Amino acid sequence: MKKIEAIVRHFKLEDVKNALTEKGIVGMTVSEVRGFGRQKGHTEIYRGSEYAIDFVPKVKIEVICKDDEMDLVVNTIVESAKTGRIGDGKVFISDIKNVIRIRTGESDEAAL
Amino acid sequence: MRYVRKLGFLVLFLSVFHTLWLAPPLTGQEAASPPATTEVSAAAEATLEQRVAGLEAYIGNGDPTAKGADGQPAAGVTTATMGVAGPGHNAWLMTSAALVLFMTLPGLALFYGGLVRKKNVLSVIAQCFACAGMVTILWVICGYTIVFGEHPADGPTNAFPWLIGDMKHLFMDGVTSAPDTSYCYWISENVFAMFQMMFAIITPALIVGAIAERMKFSAIMLFIAIWMFVVYFPLAHMVWGFDGLMNGVWNGSAQIKAIDFAGGTVVHMSSGWSALVLCLILGPRKGFGKTAMPPHSMVLCAIGTGMLWVGWYGFNAGSALAADGVAANAFTTTTVAAAVASFVWPLIEYIRNGKPSILGFCSGAVAGLVVVTPACGFITIKGALIIGVAAGVVPYLFCTVVKKAFKYDDALDTFGVHAAGGTLGALLTGCLATSSVNPNLVGAYAQQNGLDKILADGTLWIEQLKAMGLTVVLSIVATVVIAYLVNALVGLRPTAEIEDVGLDLSEHGEAGYEIY
Repeated sequence: MKKIEAIVRHFKLEDVKNALTEKGIVGMTVSEVRGFGRQKGHTEIYRGSEYAIDFVPKVKIEVICKDDEMDLVVNTIVESAKTGRIGDGKVFISDIKNVIRIRTGESDEAAL
Repeated sequence: MRYVRKLGFLVLFLSVFHTLWLAPPLTGQEAASPPATTEVSAAAEATLEQRVAGLEAYIGNGDPTAKGADGQPAAGVTTATMGVAGPGHNAWLMTSAALVLFMTLPGLALFYGGLVRKKNVLSVIAQCFACAGMVTILWVICGYTIVFGEHPADGPTNAFPWLIGDMKHLFMDGVTSAPDTSYCYWISENVFAMFQMMFAIITPALIVGAIAERMKFSAIMLFIAIWMFVVYFPLAHMVWGFDGLMNGVWNGSAQIKAIDFAGGTVVHMSSGWSALVLCLILGPRKGFGKTAMPPHSMVLCAIGTGMLWVGWYGFNAGSALAADGVAANAFTTTTVAAAVASFVWPLIEYIRNGKPSILGFCSGAVAGLVVVTPACGFITIKGALIIGVAAGVVPYLFCTVVKKAFKYDDALDTFGVHAAGGTLGALLTGCLATSSVNPNLVGAYAQQNGLDKILADGTLWIEQLKAMGLTVVLSIVATVVIAYLVNALVGLRPTAEIEDVGLDLSEHGEAGYEIY
C-alpha cells in the first residue's frame, strides 16, 4: 500500500477531489498547511509596512491506496491540480506498513 | 502590589462611609419637598404665556425659566417645564452615552484586538474593559466634579477656577435627574455625567494602541490612573468646563477663545501625543523591524471599525447636548467626513501600491472621524468634504512615511491617526467654523470674550494654535513624568520571556483562541 501526499493550491482542492472520485478513488484526508518551496513567500502591506510572508497557505491531500492504484491516483492529482504556474505544489509517495479499520479490527487492504 | 490592594479597600470603605454618613437620608428629603412646592405655587400662579414659553424653550433647546413682563426671571413662579429633563433631548443623550460606550466596548477592543498578534488579542480587550471600570470609579469619586463642578456665582472655591472645577459634586453629590442648567437646560445631570464619563473612558483606552503587546497590565493601569488626574480632568475642564481657560463658546472670560466641539484636543490630541511619548520611553516591541508582526485578524478589525463609526454618532452629534439643529449638523458632517476619508486613504494605497487594503478603509474611516470631531458642530457639509480629504491624506502620511522615517514603534498607530488627526482637526476647525450652522459662535458668551470678532476676522486658527500648543505641552511633559514614576514603582515592561509567550497567557491566564 502507498500513501500519496499532495500539497496543492486552495482553489484546486475541489477539482482534485472530483477527479479522484470520478476515477473511483474513495477516502481522503485534507488539511490546511503552510510552507514554501521554490515559490518562496509573498508580501503583505499593512499601513505601509511590508511584511514578507514566507509560509504560503496550501492544502494537503492524503490518499492511501493499493500499490496498483498508485499511478492512477498520482496522475489524476497531477492533472487536476496543474495550472502551469509556479506554486502548483508537489506530490510525495511513501510505503504504508499496515492499515487497521477501528470499527471491525480488519487490517491490510481489507481495511482500505 | 500589597499597597495598591490596601489603597483599593480604603477607597471602597471611604465611598461606603460617605454614602451612609454624609448623604442626607432619602425619606427626609421626600418629606421636606411637598410643602416647598405648595409654598411656591401659592406665591404666584404661572400664566398661560409663561407655561407656553416653557414648552417653546423645550423645542428650541432654550431656558424654560418663567419670565416676567420685563424679560427677567419671575421670582416664585414655577412651571411644569422647570427643573425637569426634556424627554426628547434626554432620550438622545442616553442613546448617545450608550453609543460612546459602544465605541470602547467592544468597538475599540475589536479594532485594536484584530491588529495585534494572536497571542496578545485578549490583553488589548482587557485593557479596554479595565479602562471602563477604573475610570468610572475615578469619575464618580471626583473626576466629574473636577471637570464640571461649577464654582459658586459669588467667587471660585479654589485658586485655579480655569483649571479645575469646584468640589461640590464629590461622589456625585447633588447629581440627580434634574438638569444642571449651567451646561444644558434639558438633559438630566446624571445622564450628562454618564455621557461625559464615556469620553473619559475611551481617551486612555486610545493610548493602549501605541504601547500594545509590550507593557505590563499593572503599569498601564497605574499610568492611566495618574494620567487621568494630571492630563484628562484638567484638560476637559479647560475646554468644556463652564469657567475653563480654553472654552471660547461658553466661557465669557476665556483667556484662549478656542473651540472644540467633541474632543479634538481633549480626547484625540491628549491621547495621541501621550501615546507617542509613552511608546518612545517604552521602546519597540521585541523583534520590531526584524520579524513580521502583521495583524492577526483584519475581520475583527473591520468589525471594530464599523462599531466605532456607529458609536461616533453619539460622540459627535451627542456633543450638542440636545436633539437640536446643531446635533443634526454634527451628525451630517460626521458622516460625510468619515465616508470621504475612508475612500481617500485606500485610494492613495491603490495609486502607490496597486492594492486598496481593508486596513486602509478602516484607518481612513477612523481618521475621518477623528479629524471631524472638533469641527463637526461648527462646519458646513462643504467643510466636511475638505476635512474628509485632508483626513485621508495627512494621517496616511504619518502612519506610513513619518513612522518609517523615524522608526518608532507606534504599534497600532495611535499617534499617526489620533495625534496627527486630532491636531489637523483642531487647526481646520479654526479655518472652517461658521456661525451659520452654530449660532453659539456669536452668542452672548462669544460676544463677551470676543470670539465673535475673532471669527469674523478669520483669526480663529491662531486661538486654536494656542489651545493645541497647551494640549501638546501638557500631554508630553505629564507623560514623561508619569512614565518614569510608574517605571520606578512597578516597572513598565514585562520580561522578554513573557513578551515572547504573549501577554494573554502570561498576564491574564487565558488564550484568545482555543481549538478544543
